[in-house]
Amino acid sequence: MSNFLDIGGLDDIPQQGARVVKTENGCIAVFRTAMDRVYALDDKCPHKGGPLSNGIQHGESVTCPLHNWVFDLNSGEAQGADEGFVQTYPVLVEAGRILIDRDSINAQVAAE
Amino acid sequence: MAMKLAVIGAGMASGRAMEHLLEANDEIYDITLFGAEPRGNYNRIMLSPVLSGEKSYEEIVTHDAEWYESHGVDCRFGEWVTGIDRMRKVVISEKGETPYDKLLIATGSSPFIIPVPGRDLNGVLAYRDLGDVHAMLEYAEKPDPKAVVIGGGLLGLEAAAGLAEQGMKVTVVHLMPHLMERQLDQSAGFLLQAELEKRGIEVICSANTKEIVGKDKVEAVVLDDGRRIEADMVVMAVGIRPNFGLAQAAGLKYNRGLLVSDEMKTDDPDVFAVGECVEHQDVCYGLVAPLYDMAKVAAKNLLGFHETFKPVEISTKLKVTGCDLFSAGDFAEVEGREEIVYRDATQGIYKRLVIDDDKIVGIVMYGDISDGPWFLQKLKDKEDIAEIRDTLIFGPSFAGGSPQDPMAAVAALPDEAEICGCNGISKGNIVAAIKAGASSLADVQAITKASTSCGTCLGLTTQLTALTLGGDFELPEAAGMCKCTDHSHEDVRKFIHLKSLKSIPAIMQELEWTTSGGCASCRPALNYYLVAKWPGEYVDDGQSRFVNERVHANIQKDGTYSVVPRMFGGITTPGELRAIADAADKFNVPTVHVTGGQRIDLLGVQKEDLPEIWADLNAAGMVSGHAYAKGLRTVKTCVGKDHCRFGTQDSTGLGIKLEKALWGAWSPHKFKLAVSGCPRNCAEATCKDFGVVCVDSGYKLLVGGAAGMDLRETDLLTTVETEEEAIEHCAAFYQLYRENAQYLHRPYKWIAKVGYDWVQKQIVEDAENRKALAERFFYSQQFYQADPWAERAQGGEAHEFAPMADLTMVAAE
Repeated sequence: MSNFLDIGGLDDIPQQGARVVKTENGCIAVFRTAMDRVYALDDKCPHKGGPLSNGIQHGESVTCPLHNWVFDLNSGEAQGADEGFVQTYPVLVEAGRILIDRDSINAQVAAE
Repeated sequence: MAMKLAVIGAGMASGRAMEHLLEANDEIYDITLFGAEPRGNYNRIMLSPVLSGEKSYEEIVTHDAEWYESHGVDCRFGEWVTGIDRMRKVVISEKGETPYDKLLIATGSSPFIIPVPGRDLNGVLAYRDLGDVHAMLEYAEKPDPKAVVIGGGLLGLEAAAGLAEQGMKVTVVHLMPHLMERQLDQSAGFLLQAELEKRGIEVICSANTKEIVGKDKVEAVVLDDGRRIEADMVVMAVGIRPNFGLAQAAGLKYNRGLLVSDEMKTDDPDVFAVGECVEHQDVCYGLVAPLYDMAKVAAKNLLGFHETFKPVEISTKLKVTGCDLFSAGDFAEVEGREEIVYRDATQGIYKRLVIDDDKIVGIVMYGDISDGPWFLQKLKDKEDIAEIRDTLIFGPSFAGGSPQDPMAAVAALPDEAEICGCNGISKGNIVAAIKAGASSLADVQAITKASTSCGTCLGLTTQLTALTLGGDFELPEAAGMCKCTDHSHEDVRKFIHLKSLKSIPAIMQELEWTTSGGCASCRPALNYYLVAKWPGEYVDDGQSRFVNERVHANIQKDGTYSVVPRMFGGITTPGELRAIADAADKFNVPTVHVTGGQRIDLLGVQKEDLPEIWADLNAAGMVSGHAYAKGLRTVKTCVGKDHCRFGTQDSTGLGIKLEKALWGAWSPHKFKLAVSGCPRNCAEATCKDFGVVCVDSGYKLLVGGAAGMDLRETDLLTTVETEEEAIEHCAAFYQLYRENAQYLHRPYKWIAKVGYDWVQKQIVEDAENRKALAERFFYSQQFYQADPWAERAQGGEAHEFAPMADLTMVAAE
């Protein structure tokens, strides 16, 4: 059973922008695309730990601000020739509110 | 009647000597040839291919029975010579005495067996003759055979490679820190080791053999450090020593080897000697080229000519298929010597030339040795290479092209020539990418990443792409600004103007962008072009700016930020310093650094704290220093005539006026200024984007300097008499740059593209145009000269700084 938690309104994030959600396991970056789709990924580039929430978003990808690695927001996979993976978390948008799967975050904590 | 020549030793040197002798005249001598091996002359250096199975014994025989017979050589193979009686001029062998008029000693060398316990065990072999090879091959046929080769020199490695080829598990134990230390330097040694390890040969360097253990045959090799390596067979290949016991017993002079003159004569005028047994001018030789030279000299002198042996530079190649290495000369690091090194890590190529006094004295090559002979010729000729030094390492194909014609130079580059150092991309990689379908510069960049890091090789990459694509290539000017479009930066700016495009989506739609939302490369450029073109109309798109310009601080490697308040003209006050100190304390700023632009940098500030620290700095009257911006950074000044005894003008005052006029503006890249009060130039104005050097009669205005990835001195734009003129020229120059330069090009790059003359014409010669440029600049400034910190300290853009939610708090509740 998933346990979805309200983390804020869709309008709290500008289009093509991102905000951060603090958790016991570090920060999660919540992205809103130009098409109003919402994604949640660890706010930490696997390369050198760059905060992905600060990167430039384009299409369904984000470019890390430190060394320009590009990640697919859907899968968390590094694009192009770089190899790496960012943990993603299930999110829902209902009635203008953004909900995140609390259990998936806890599971991540438990796994570590 | 023919004279009698006795030859002791049927190796490569004596074989070659007899050949020369008999070719010239086969009636002068009756030859008797003694050989310890039960066979005639064969090419000993080809033993390795026999061991590896690439050649058969028959293929390496140099002189067969027929040859000896047809030349009347009396062969006494397998017959041991036991003595020489020089008084009676006879060679004493197992079967009796053989008289001679002339004697040629060519007894070669013996393998050096290191005196470790167990060296006499069954299975300890040398690598010297065909018998050794046959013995090794017998071991190789046993089930699961294991060999240890002691010695990582030329011979040892050839043995190791051959045995591995025969299916043995081989370990090479080498005393020195890297393989073939006499022929290779460390870098090439490591490349070689990596190649051998790839073939399954284990290599242990800096390893001293303690003993060889086993009951009655070899079982293992034990090293000093206690390591034990299982082995059925041990090959000793640590070196050779000249073999001249017979000559020594006969009373001939010797040192490390049998001493010979330049004519290859021993101290007995009737006794000649050649090959590995001799010592000539303090040197003993072990490679075939000089031995062949000796053979020729000895033959000539036996025929009565006077010829002398002149040692030449010798080169080495390892005869292991696929391990291409070449070395010659002296490549030790000696003070005063210089070196030229070329590396291509992806292809395992290493080339090093050691230069002394503009001459090549040493060559080491690994991976690609095709230019070895060309370098060796220059080494032998002691050719002065000063003229071709810059391109020397690329070899003859490059030297053939004229360096003046870049296309010819690119065409002449070998495939392995490195094009992009950042990404390790060679010419061959780029050509391969094009053959595999890349049809534009952008394709080549996407596939190989060449020229996408520091960008200094973009010209070379473009030329190479143009050359390889031929007629299909579009001019580099027309190359798209990124993968999202085929339009160049210049085209896009033209369309923004012609079609009055006023938003990023409008540009993307009109110009048929191939991606929905652009990319991290084109969006910041488009945003800037719109900011510059439509001041007061265009609404800045923060999401298309790099994070530094979005949050008005510089992101650091750990995700914290740096805060740099503006200090106009480098002037501050005790009050400002106090406020900075207080802010640093309050926000636990870990590092306070004085920048090169005469201001103070607070490093390590948390993102959430930025609006608050800015509010404190604002309260003390300070504004953002835009240290993060593609815009005006600093105006560096000296103290000028108010204090300095050399100062000619108020350089500090002018610096402050310039900074007050220009701050807040955005530009294609950062823009730095300096004003020096006299030609001593303490503010270093001659390496800035725009510099002023004050002189008694006015102000020298300088443009297009750089002191970053490139180092470039400014050019003089013009000299003016008043501060007002200086400010107007500066604003006009900045505006011309803002309106025309490609995003991320500094002024010096842009000037190189449009030409200095054009810039001067626009600003100096055309006064009306200058005024119009300055007016447009100041019009734009009314919109952009606003402190971004103040806006955000008062709550603007709060979403950039505060987290959206804090689940750690939820959990705690």
